Amino acid sequence: MKKLSRRNFLETTAAGIAAAAVPVETGAQPTPTNQGTGPTGPRTTLELVVNSRRHRLDVEDRCTLAELLRDHLHLTGTKIGCDRGECGACTVLLDGLPIYACSYLGVWADGRSVETVEGLASPRGLHPLQESFIEHDAPQCGFCTSGQLMSAKALLTVNPQPSAQQVREALTGNLCRCSNYNQYVAAVVATGRSARLGPGEDIA
Amino acid sequence: MKAFTNVNPRTLEDAVSALTRSRASGARAVVSGGGSDLLGLIKERLVQPDIVVNLKTVAGLSNVRADARATTIGGLITLDALSREAHIRRDYQGLAEAAASVGTPQIRNVGTLAGNVCQRPWCWYLRNGYACYKNGGDRCFASSGENQYHAIFSQGPSYIVHPSDTAPALVALDARFRVVGPRGERLVNASEFFVLPRVDPARENVLQDDEILAEIVLPPAVSSRRSTYAKILDREAWTHALVSAAVVLDMDGDVCRRARIVLGGVAPVPWDRPRAAGLLEGQRVTPELAAAVAEAAVSDARPLAKNGYKVPLTRGLVGRTVLALARQ
Repeated sequence: MKKLSRRNFLETTAAGIAAAAVPVETGAQPTPTNQGTGPTGPRTTLELVVNSRRHRLDVEDRCTLAELLRDHLHLTGTKIGCDRGECGACTVLLDGLPIYACSYLGVWADGRSVETVEGLASPRGLHPLQESFIEHDAPQCGFCTSGQLMSAKALLTVNPQPSAQQVREALTGNLCRCSNYNQYVAAVVATGRSARLGPGEDIA
Repeated sequence: MKAFTNVNPRTLEDAVSALTRSRASGARAVVSGGGSDLLGLIKERLVQPDIVVNLKTVAGLSNVRADARATTIGGLITLDALSREAHIRRDYQGLAEAAASVGTPQIRNVGTLAGNVCQRPWCWYLRNGYACYKNGGDRCFASSGENQYHAIFSQGPSYIVHPSDTAPALVALDARFRVVGPRGERLVNASEFFVLPRVDPARENVLQDDEILAEIVLPPAVSSRRSTYAKILDREAWTHALVSAAVVLDMDGDVCRRARIVLGGVAPVPWDRPRAAGLLEGQRVTPELAAAVAEAAVSDARPLAKNGYKVPLTRGLVGRTVLALARQ
């Protein structure tokens, strides 16, 4: 049985309401949510690697990388906040560098490598940054958290032991409307200093 | 977002011909560098293209090469890469500082030098779709409206400020812009690239719809030359400059031989202050002289109803930036 989650609940409930209200054509494809209501636009088939897995996808040219991840690969950990490249909730790593996935087309990521928050944890457990975020009560509402994690990860990859000021600079592009910035900074600084990383173990 | 076709040219010629062909067929085509600004404009329906020509697939436009005659920067270099280039940091420090100061890491990892120079203004009337000069209308809502972030130097009719951090640095460093279009290419002085609203209120620069800013060409490095870029924000980070200043000084010991001061955030184009800079030439740079230069830099300011604060802000920034650079 499918595990009950808020997303599953909302999706099935919404589908039930829609089915009750309008006759639904059988076999209809699920409609991506953020692409407007107009007719389908020009499409491109592209290949990209997401969290070390290769995908071949057919998407509309106007589909942003954030929409590609959420609507086509169902990687909904990447959030769409402002959808204007201002808030940072959609931050993912493109070839290792943090970018706003809402302000980058999916087709521009053809042949490239993307890492999302879903790529952080491993079968061995959570990523040290995720552990530290929990320990420091860094997330409040949680909506900005995956973006904060990805910016923090990019920083630790090039600077494994950052100062608080360096963390603040690296997280500049990630807004937190709960204003829990100090906890985020403390969590990232602590991860850098953490003994959890064994000798030779890489933060990446 | 409106539907469109993304085109991936391999060469500049392919990019130009994609633009020309699209136009000939009646399609609306736009050029995309990093794309951050463009996608925002499309989402707001301020730009409604049928074709997006993606320059990221054009080879050879993302690097820096230097020889005895010039230092040439590909327009597609990201702001982050530019700010880390050892050669730029050493010989054109003001440009490296300007690039490093833009927006956020996410913006700098995608945003390009040419895109930063050519981004549209961030006036809230323009961005919210008011029918102003910039949106094809016939008035400037800021001139008598909410103008706290607008120009203190403009003869109108539009009172936008040029938003680019790198543009004032490029003007101050005597850059030239290589512009490529269907009629071939031209080299435009940075100081002549930007267009005042009274010349064309709808545009910020001389680029035609089928032209591309391909490369930025800087004069060769001079050991006596130093440069810097300083800006003031209304919060610590992640916003546009209220005022910024790019300053270039050619120093002979403690005497200034030549100076250039170009302001950002205060006029519809990077705002060159030759008279103020001229006061420095042949002089030792003292605090008194820096204060006189700062005063000269704002003496002809004409603030609007709500942006008078920018005058003392500009005066202070110019004075302290000139003095700090002379003493560096």
